[in-house]
Amino acid sequence: MSLTNNDTLLQVNNLKKYFPTPHGLLYAVDNVSFNINKGDTLGVVGESGCGKSTLGRSILRLHEPTAGEVIFEGKNILSLNHAQMKHMRKDMQLIFQDPYESLNPRMTVSQAIQAPMLIQGMYKSKDKAALEKRTLEMMDMVGLARRLVNSYPHELDGGRRQRIGIARALALKPKFIVCDEPVSALDVSIQAQVLNLLQDLQEQLGLTYMFITHDLSVVKHLSTQIMVMYLGQTVEIGSPDQLFHNPCHPYTKALLSAIPIPDPEIKMERIQLKGEITSPINVGPGCRFAKRCVYAKPECHERSCEMTEVESGHKVACFMVKDMM
Amino acid sequence: MSFLSIDNLKVDYVTDDGIVHALNGVSLELVQGETLGLVGETGAGKTTMAKCIMGILPKRTGKIRSGEITFEEKNLLKCSEKELQSIRGAQIAMIFQDPMTSLNPVLTVGEQIAEAVENHERCGKARAMERAEEMLELVGIPAERVHEYPHQFSGGMKQRVVIAIALACNPKMLIADEPTTALDVTIQAQVLEMMQSLKRQLNTSMLLITHDLGVVAQNCDRVAVIYAGEIVEYGTVMDVFKRMKHPYTQGLFSSIPQINADVKRLNSIPGLMLDPTLDVEGCRFCDRCKYATEECRINHPELVEIESGHSVRCFQKK
Amino acid sequence: MNEKQTGNIVTNGINSRSLWAEAWLRFKRNRVAVAGLIFVAFLIVVSIATLVLDLVTSNEIYNAYVVKQNLSLKLAPPSAEHVFGCDEYGRDILFRLIWGTRYSLFIGVVSIAIALVGGGILGSIAGFYGGKVDQMIMRVMDVFLSIPSMVMAIAIVSALGTGMTNLLFSIAVPQIPRLARIVRASVMSVKDREFVEAARSVGAGDFEIILKYIIPNALSPIIVQASLSVGAAILSIAGLSFLGIGVQPPAPEWGSILNAARTYMRDAWHISVIPGLMIMITVLSLNVAGDGLRDALDPKLKN
Repeated sequence: MSLTNNDTLLQVNNLKKYFPTPHGLLYAVDNVSFNINKGDTLGVVGESGCGKSTLGRSILRLHEPTAGEVIFEGKNILSLNHAQMKHMRKDMQLIFQDPYESLNPRMTVSQAIQAPMLIQGMYKSKDKAALEKRTLEMMDMVGLARRLVNSYPHELDGGRRQRIGIARALALKPKFIVCDEPVSALDVSIQAQVLNLLQDLQEQLGLTYMFITHDLSVVKHLSTQIMVMYLGQTVEIGSPDQLFHNPCHPYTKALLSAIPIPDPEIKMERIQLKGEITSPINVGPGCRFAKRCVYAKPECHERSCEMTEVESGHKVACFMVKDMM
Repeated sequence: MSFLSIDNLKVDYVTDDGIVHALNGVSLELVQGETLGLVGETGAGKTTMAKCIMGILPKRTGKIRSGEITFEEKNLLKCSEKELQSIRGAQIAMIFQDPMTSLNPVLTVGEQIAEAVENHERCGKARAMERAEEMLELVGIPAERVHEYPHQFSGGMKQRVVIAIALACNPKMLIADEPTTALDVTIQAQVLEMMQSLKRQLNTSMLLITHDLGVVAQNCDRVAVIYAGEIVEYGTVMDVFKRMKHPYTQGLFSSIPQINADVKRLNSIPGLMLDPTLDVEGCRFCDRCKYATEECRINHPELVEIESGHSVRCFQKK
Repeated sequence: MNEKQTGNIVTNGINSRSLWAEAWLRFKRNRVAVAGLIFVAFLIVVSIATLVLDLVTSNEIYNAYVVKQNLSLKLAPPSAEHVFGCDEYGRDILFRLIWGTRYSLFIGVVSIAIALVGGGILGSIAGFYGGKVDQMIMRVMDVFLSIPSMVMAIAIVSALGTGMTNLLFSIAVPQIPRLARIVRASVMSVKDREFVEAARSVGAGDFEIILKYIIPNALSPIIVQASLSVGAAILSIAGLSFLGIGVQPPAPEWGSILNAARTYMRDAWHISVIPGLMIMITVLSLNVAGDGLRDALDPKLKN
């Protein structure tokens, strides 16, 4: 267990989430540990099926974790009962990937933003004036024109819908927000608007983010710390500098080399990755990446590797780490 | 030598909410053996253009107002359905974005490739099946898997099968509509590399539709940037990526966080794309453009060649 | 732009339309469906009008024209005075048809309403909670579905005896499993959508989620099925009355008019054809209106 200092907002220890499937246990999140300090952004990167979304939802207890600890401001939220958890949700919110799916199509913008405040009892439904004032404040904050207050989601474009999603999450004045691919469904020019908004809000409100994405360039842009996941496990964690300039895990290297760079003068040298990500069902011992790894040795298939610190704050789960550096 | 050219193509969709102007006079040329990247955002008209070339525009709503699509001296828009059928697949093939839905789940992958071969080449079943096995090997799938069904393949493998079907009849031209958007980066890299090497091997020309500037930079010879149904900038990859002139192209580049650069804050393009049901007189981008002048609001700029092979649709950047 | 007053703050609101309002706009474009809906609405007005008339005149008209026998006009063919002719007891068929509207519509609508409540509750519980609860409820529904609805209705009426409540019950019960299935499927398709998870992430409870998030979004197919079921229910009533175990004479239910007319088919065609046509047109109207609703509520299906 790592030490907690005063700045730590969220500490996750050995979190596990297994799903039973007809073919066996699916190890969606397996023994993941990390800390996030107040005001920081932890970027979580990985390919589809690596368990990054499940991790975010397990921390918020939208999926009940199988084992582990989620310590938020010194309290293990996994031991909270239903009523305590409902209260806790004010502090921890979620922004979804798909602004088309995550809004109730029968609710107007104002209803969508007000719903969390009514559910949490921050305002009484008869206290209409205060509630509406707050709704309009929220809309101003996320850059939604006030005239859209009675619009329905289907009348708005993706960028505006995502702003509703952000306003809804912020309505409860949370301290911590899990952003689950909040821009990957948006167009490039809109994506930049929303990323800037998220950055501004973080500065203004002192928010702490956990930013889940498959897009390494977005993560590099926003994060103070980056965690790379593969088949439910953390393979590398470190600052953007450490990860991008000195990637140690073969998977991180492969991932970095696979990003097409928008500059025709830089030709990419690819580290060819054999095969594809499989699903983490009934995984045996050994490194989960070994089958695709060009550096794999027999021992990689036999026992799993612990996270080891290679430099301050930079941890890697790989036996070959010395050769990699 | 251009062997596909699109001239002044205008397409509308007639919908309940009014007439949507999807393409407003698009002209483009594709040079034999080259890859042309078509870059644009949702609703810019990328897919509509692909559908026009393939002749699969929805008949009930899609209306071609004007224009010509010339493929090997034949105007595709004047062709009968029968002629088009013989061109589709054999001469021009298309790959769709989602490999999950573009394969028939009840046929084996071998049968699906063989079917494409049989439709266009008068050959027996056995020969077609042989060809199917060759194609699978070509896209990097062991030939033994020819009798497996799509659900037994992973996403990247399915997209390889789709590519195998598209290339089965040695088409002269391949239209790839966001072929790797649904795939993970490491798989995307594999699939794109495979497509590149096949293209060289078979000397196919390609129209690569995407919103990912990185994919364009690494795979295309020429680029067309499309905005609100118009080509706003066209040129070689070097022209467009290194000497971009149109404010929209510049905006796109400053909007993306780049892995090889450190930017504290992204410069987003303000506003939204023009409502496609509106008729406008001026430049379609002027509301979002920081260089816009009175002239931009009144007159509509033409695509002008500013250096050899590099054209821009903007008054300010002559 | 119209000014909208929201609380104390005036906002310059744009013309916003909910999905229901948009569906209504689409429905209005479908002329056949609108014609069907207008006809059904007309029948509803007629049936309410006759009810009010009976209350005001204390059944005077009903007694004088609808049930009073006049053997001199027995089997009279259509004429200027009696547009649709008279039946075997010399009663004006037009009057009997008008007064009969309420039976068909009332029983049709109320029995489906009962079935909707029953099927709705069972279906949403099964769909929302899934697992064993779902298994238990749906297996019982399957058993019910394996009995033909007419046979079940006849069995219920014969066991409990004729009478309005039993009749409603006998028509509602066979419809419950059909509606439960639709509701369950609809709820299941909505409950895993992200906005439901979003509601959960702000701390909403099951009841609130079902009421505000799931039901409004699951309603479309249910409305369509219910409107189509009303037509089926009207046919069931007519069928039961035709067999003599539905609405009892002298009440002018359409099916029982048909039943009586069957003996005189050769001599007086109008007695059987006209009520038969009425039943047909009513059910047809309900069906086209239902189909129109389906197209309007789910525009993706049509394109």
